[in-house]
Amino acid sequence: MIPGAFSYHRPASVADAVKLLSDLGEDARPLAGGHSLVPMMKLRLASPAHLVDLHGIAGLKGIGRDGNSLVIGAMTTQHDLLASDDVARSVPILHEAALLIADPQVRYRGTIGGNVANGDPGNDMPALMLTLGATYRLEGPNGAREVKAADFYQGAYFTALEPGEILTAVSIPVPAPGHGYAYEKLKRKVGDYATAAAAVVLTMASGKVASCAIGLTNVHETPLLATAAAQAVIGTSLDAAALKNAAAAAEAIMAPAADTRGPVEYRKHVGGIMVARALQRAASRAR
Amino acid sequence: MNDLTPTREQRTAALEGLGCKRKRVEDIRFTQGKGNYVDDVKLPGMLHGDFVRSPHAHARVKSINSEEALKVPGVLAVITAETLKTVNLAWMPTLAGDVQMVLADGKVLFQNQEVAFVVATDRYAADDGVNKVVVEYEPLQPLVDPFKSMAPDAPVLREDLAGKTTGAHGPRKHHNHIFEWTVGDKDLTDAAFRKAEVTIKEMISYHRTHPSPLETCQCVCSFDKIKGELTIWGTFQAPHVIRTVVSLIAKLPEQKIHVISPDIGGGFGNKVGAYPGYICAAVASIVTGKPVKWVEDRIENLTATSFARDYHMTTEIAATKDGKVTGLRVHVLADHGAFDACADPSKWPAGFFNIVTGSYDFPTAHLAVDGVYTNKAPGGVAYRCSFRVTEAAYCIERAMDILAQKLGMDPAELRLKNFIKPEQFPYHSALGWEYDSGDYHTAMRKMMETTGYAALRKEQAEKRAAFKRGETREVMGLGVSFFTEIVGAGPSKNCDILGIAMFDSCEIRMHPTGAGIARMGTKSQGQGHETTWAQIIATEIGIPADNIQVEEGNTDTAPYGLGTYGSRSTPVAGAAIAMAARKIKAKAQMIAAYKLEVHEDDLEWDIDGFRVKGLPEKFMSMKDICWAAYNSVPPGMEPGLEAVSYYDPPNMTYPFGAYLCVMDIDVDTGVYKVRRFYALDDCGTRINPMIIEGQVHGGLTEAFAIAMGQEIRYDDTGNVVTGSFMDFFMPTAVETPHWETDFTVTPSPHHPIGAKGVGESPNVGGVPAFSNAVNDAFAFLGATHIQMPHDYWRNWKAAKTLGAVA
Ligand SMILES: Cc1cc2nc3c(=O)[nH]c(=O)nc-3n(C[C@H](O)[C@H](O)[C@H](O)COP(=O)(O)OP(=O)(O)OC[C@H]3O[C@@H](n4cnc5c(N)ncnc54)[C@H](O)[C@@H]3O)c2cc1C
Repeated sequence: MIPGAFSYHRPASVADAVKLLSDLGEDARPLAGGHSLVPMMKLRLASPAHLVDLHGIAGLKGIGRDGNSLVIGAMTTQHDLLASDDVARSVPILHEAALLIADPQVRYRGTIGGNVANGDPGNDMPALMLTLGATYRLEGPNGAREVKAADFYQGAYFTALEPGEILTAVSIPVPAPGHGYAYEKLKRKVGDYATAAAAVVLTMASGKVASCAIGLTNVHETPLLATAAAQAVIGTSLDAAALKNAAAAAEAIMAPAADTRGPVEYRKHVGGIMVARALQRAASRAR
Repeated sequence: MNDLTPTREQRTAALEGLGCKRKRVEDIRFTQGKGNYVDDVKLPGMLHGDFVRSPHAHARVKSINSEEALKVPGVLAVITAETLKTVNLAWMPTLAGDVQMVLADGKVLFQNQEVAFVVATDRYAADDGVNKVVVEYEPLQPLVDPFKSMAPDAPVLREDLAGKTTGAHGPRKHHNHIFEWTVGDKDLTDAAFRKAEVTIKEMISYHRTHPSPLETCQCVCSFDKIKGELTIWGTFQAPHVIRTVVSLIAKLPEQKIHVISPDIGGGFGNKVGAYPGYICAAVASIVTGKPVKWVEDRIENLTATSFARDYHMTTEIAATKDGKVTGLRVHVLADHGAFDACADPSKWPAGFFNIVTGSYDFPTAHLAVDGVYTNKAPGGVAYRCSFRVTEAAYCIERAMDILAQKLGMDPAELRLKNFIKPEQFPYHSALGWEYDSGDYHTAMRKMMETTGYAALRKEQAEKRAAFKRGETREVMGLGVSFFTEIVGAGPSKNCDILGIAMFDSCEIRMHPTGAGIARMGTKSQGQGHETTWAQIIATEIGIPADNIQVEEGNTDTAPYGLGTYGSRSTPVAGAAIAMAARKIKAKAQMIAAYKLEVHEDDLEWDIDGFRVKGLPEKFMSMKDICWAAYNSVPPGMEPGLEAVSYYDPPNMTYPFGAYLCVMDIDVDTGVYKVRRFYALDDCGTRINPMIIEGQVHGGLTEAFAIAMGQEIRYDDTGNVVTGSFMDFFMPTAVETPHWETDFTVTPSPHHPIGAKGVGESPNVGGVPAFSNAVNDAFAFLGATHIQMPHDYWRNWKAAKTLGAVA
């Protein structure tokens, strides 16, 4: 549990960071809160020769608005998210989910950028970003580009990030006023990743689901958008049959690994339950 | 007398003696980060050691190449078994009479076994070196399932034992067999089963887990070549034993070895034995002439140093139709891993598992334990446990519930019917123990009344009906546990470690100003000895506890003792403390008589001094007697006021308790909620109720963890899959239930102050309470026994197997 040797860099601008990462190549990794990267280094599952700490870059932190979107700087911590009134008011599911991540110590350090860029299927933010239709801003040697969260995740720890690129901001379209939301996460204890988790954002009209998006955490090598499951509830009043259909449709796309949280069958089963419970709780919150 | 004269109550209170909720004096430094742990020991020129460990559970070591490692800047040496052979230390004896590889000698027998020891100038270089050592392995068939260990074609694990048909504890039946241990009357027991109206039989497993103290095992060894002296700072629960063991294996004279246990961050049995890290650090220090530090990381701690439990107990009870037990038969398959490194008193290969008759009056019983080798880490330590009493308590408490279910009786009722009665004490159990004292019925009834047991059962019946009607997806369980412990090892007639009788000791030295220092052979790891030991002395000799400095853990200054584990400190050292204090008091009485110019017999003890009978104004305080001890003792008497006591207890003590767990389980997810947990403990005389409560809270939290998910689990190839706190369930304050504590007081008749020990009771009694609650929750769906641990997915699986989940 002792990391190997590495050099430490602390650039003051995105441009410098990008240059460093490009020059140093494969052996360099951006360092954000360090709460995913450093544990992997301690286990020597990752042995980067260079760490490029993003904490010195002033512009990467903060929560602002761009039209109807909430724009969150990559280095904004989970604690910052929890402290933001705007987040609590306009994207309350982000607040709810951030509270379910680890413990206060981890949340003081862990960043939204690190959480979504990490590519770990266990991270909670990615599925949320899919559910909310978020876009990531990536800046690299060839300039900046926007990538939809839905197009970002390619496999466990494989993302659309190109060598030398860093993720600078997350842009989240603010859901419709009166929307219902819920993040249901089954975990064994504080500090544990999800056995299975489901994010739901929906709107209701006359007692029926008008729109719905469902995201799934840690039931596949990437976060999932459960489109068929969402389709299955649109137009329904979330009666028992609709919930069952949604859970079944969600389970159909899950492919979790068996681990100490339980066998595959269990993780899928509770994944379905998380979907049903999130739907119910979201509906109860919708106005 | 005037208004300022303190009352008797005030004088007693000023002592902060027995029964006082005295605040823990050690917490002043702990809460300010001023504790001094092994890792705080930093010596000039100190080197750091780290292990190359085996990725395989079973493999032949073809070669070890250190060339690249030695090129890493800072790496000074790579020690292997070949190096150790030159000093005859490639293997070391275990406390259980077996031998254990210090470093892999030809083979590895468990994952993360120590293969080579890299010594470097700093911790980082050591780890870099570890990563550069190239070991070539030839994987062999791993043996993981203990039930397959004695199959005729099972792989041979211990080639060093080839041809040895006898082990430390008698004949071996198979190449992977360690010992068979039997107790009790087999014929009588078999006869009881033949005649029985009702019998039950169940294989009850207590899974492998780990004590996992927050501070891992570690040491600093410093060899002084000029003086030929070795100083070891270590996380040792038994520093004196470690010194003796080091002396015997390193062939160094005992007085040339200084063992110091500084503050210890939890032990729970993990820090009783000797580990390869200690030997390697000592050898490295002797070779390099520099101090060498070895500090285990969390993964190493969980996977290599001393697991606990792993007992598979086939249990049968014979009973009458109306629920009177008539016989008990238990066979245990004990998985000891690759080496038998259990830390039990030497003559007890299965510890005190023969306490398995529990709190019940079994006319006859028979027990057989087979210990076997597997490709798992060695150990089998008493994790907050007095040598397998946790396994025994779980076994009998689960079995009593199974019997109650078969009889259609309430489990509390069945227990009440079979308890040993107060008038039967001292009670001789069918498996050979003499229980000192107990009043089980009173404790059980108090538990039932306080918790509203009958009402809870009624609620459960309603909930079950509602579940059957499909109105709820939650099932409710009541887990009753009534345990009897056996602690305080132990009487020299039946307890020793490597031939050293398991006494304990205390030395008290009173100074002229009425303050003193007391040293013991025990070693606190969080139990609060500095606080409670002073309280015993305070009451015995009338000196405020604040004026007594307690010191433990330094073998140069403390009297020889066997250390702290198995809830033995209060029963054994606690008694030595009282006895030493009484010697002080006896001398003080002679001094007081001389000063007050009366005969000793004319004096009576009065809280904090001696008073002349019938002359209340003629009084000499203990404080003044201390002064007098240094300037005006009676003619012919030696000056000074100090005493030593080595206490060999006449018997064990037998704490007991009645616990109840109320649990709700969501069958769809397996998620449980502990709604209520009530723990009544009877540990005899209560020294410090606050510390007792703290011990109970801690032990219950461990019991909760163990029963509900904490395990060391291996996959089929012998990989540990729960090697970090991510997967090894270590509950936080959020998961931990609220604890309700209660007590009765039944003093031990043979202990000088009547105290019995409490540190481990909650772990012992807690596990069956949780497990019985889960089993009780599912019982109405047809479950008889669901194995631990009861984590979410296994609860769901149980519900699914029972048809409660589609
Ligand atoms: C005990 C514990 C429990 C946890 N439980 C949870 C949990 O339940 N749910 C959860 O979601 N998370 C959990 N985490 C992870 C935590 O939220 C991390 O902080 C987070 O996943 C990563 O954020 P970070 O800022 O720490 O990133 P880092 O660890 O610094 O980086 C993570 C990875 O992303 C890369 N990276 C970081 N920032 C950028 C960027 N701006 N652009 C490009 N690449 C970047 C790094 O190079 C690295 O590969 C837990 C962590 C711990 C230690």
